[in-house]
Amino acid sequence: MRTYKPKKNVQHKAYHTDRFYVAPTLAKIDPSTDEVFSKDLKLVEKNFSVEEAYIQNNHLVIYVKPTDIYKVLELLKDSCKYQMLIELSAIDFVEQSNEFEIFYQLLSLTKKKRIRLKTKISADDKKIKSVCDLYKSANWAEREAYDMFGIKFVSHPNLKRILMPDDWYDHPLLKTYPVEGDESASWYEVDKIYGKEYRDIVGPELRDPAYIDRLDSKRFIKIKHEVPYGAEISETPTNMMSEYQEEKGVFLVRKLRRAKSKILKKRR
Amino acid sequence: MAWHKVDYTKDNGLPILLTTADKIVSWGRSNSIWPLTYGLACCAIEMMATGASRYDLDRFGAGVFRASPRQSDVMIIAGTLTKKHAEFTKRIYDQMSEPKWVISMGSCANTGGEYNTYSVVQGVDRIIPVDIYLPGCAPRPETLQYAIMMLQKKIRKESIFRKQRQRRLV
Repeated sequence: MRTYKPKKNVQHKAYHTDRFYVAPTLAKIDPSTDEVFSKDLKLVEKNFSVEEAYIQNNHLVIYVKPTDIYKVLELLKDSCKYQMLIELSAIDFVEQSNEFEIFYQLLSLTKKKRIRLKTKISADDKKIKSVCDLYKSANWAEREAYDMFGIKFVSHPNLKRILMPDDWYDHPLLKTYPVEGDESASWYEVDKIYGKEYRDIVGPELRDPAYIDRLDSKRFIKIKHEVPYGAEISETPTNMMSEYQEEKGVFLVRKLRRAKSKILKKRR
Repeated sequence: MAWHKVDYTKDNGLPILLTTADKIVSWGRSNSIWPLTYGLACCAIEMMATGASRYDLDRFGAGVFRASPRQSDVMIIAGTLTKKHAEFTKRIYDQMSEPKWVISMGSCANTGGEYNTYSVVQGVDRIIPVDIYLPGCAPRPETLQYAIMMLQKKIRKESIFRKQRQRRLV
């Protein structure tokens, strides 16, 4: 089993070791260069306070306040004809700024344009208004964001977990959540099926997939040298070849003898 | 009227075969192991290919995939078992009637495989006893055939008067 590394600080460290490496980012273009986007942005700016706006990868990215999010989406949907909410999720920035960034990916089929609406909410209360009334597709997307990040979408009609089981502890996509699961996760199936008292019988999870115990006959019997479950193996077996059929033969089943078998040189 | 004399010592002899109850019953069992349709992930595609005409699992009497655990003898766990699904696997296994066997097919079912994550059961032997572990990702149909043949061999060795088979868990 590999050693557990605390994940709390993971965002401070680069995943790479090259100290001169700069993560590639796409250029941020001024929104006024695009005719359609500048019109939409002006309309949003007239009614709400916009923190930041730019065009990146042909998307207009707008940062707004979390309290305005429902009304901005309403405006974009009704007045600017962004009919589809493609995706909605969150990004964990707890280590950097104690915030979650929530993004709404919008598409206008008539204009053939895409907008990404972004907002930052505090990681302390993790609350934002649900947009299920506006976009039907937000229903499951918000449930997923709740499941994975624990963000509560106020006035959501059915805010419960969508992927993980209902009795799951914690939210797995948080940066603080270990990839291999916390204690509750590692014993989840044992606790649920057999109860906590069976933890000792089943034992902890074996997390190293390359782990091989040469003499273990409980987890894996040896390939081409089958031993009964739990048999005592003291040394490496010499005869590793095994036959399909038994030595004495079975009724109507003939034993395949390797020595007598003929190998064809070419396909008939 | 012609009188026919049958000489049982000649030709093929008596039309009688002598065997033990163990052998005949386990021979019968080994040659009609009905698997449960239990594909969980991509291994299921290989399991389907094994059952289909090219590889033809019917030659081993194991081609009758049943949709009900109550009619099946062997459970081929073909794919990734998630922790959310683990309790249902156990429930389906419990619903199968004795005698029953389990083939754990592929890396995911054996050890969790490449899914070294929070949501995947790290080996189905954590919840149900496994008879044959079948390595591969995904194992080719020939490999599943080999596993079926190995299981047949195992079944033929078993006694029908044995006590309840040793249960790993519970």
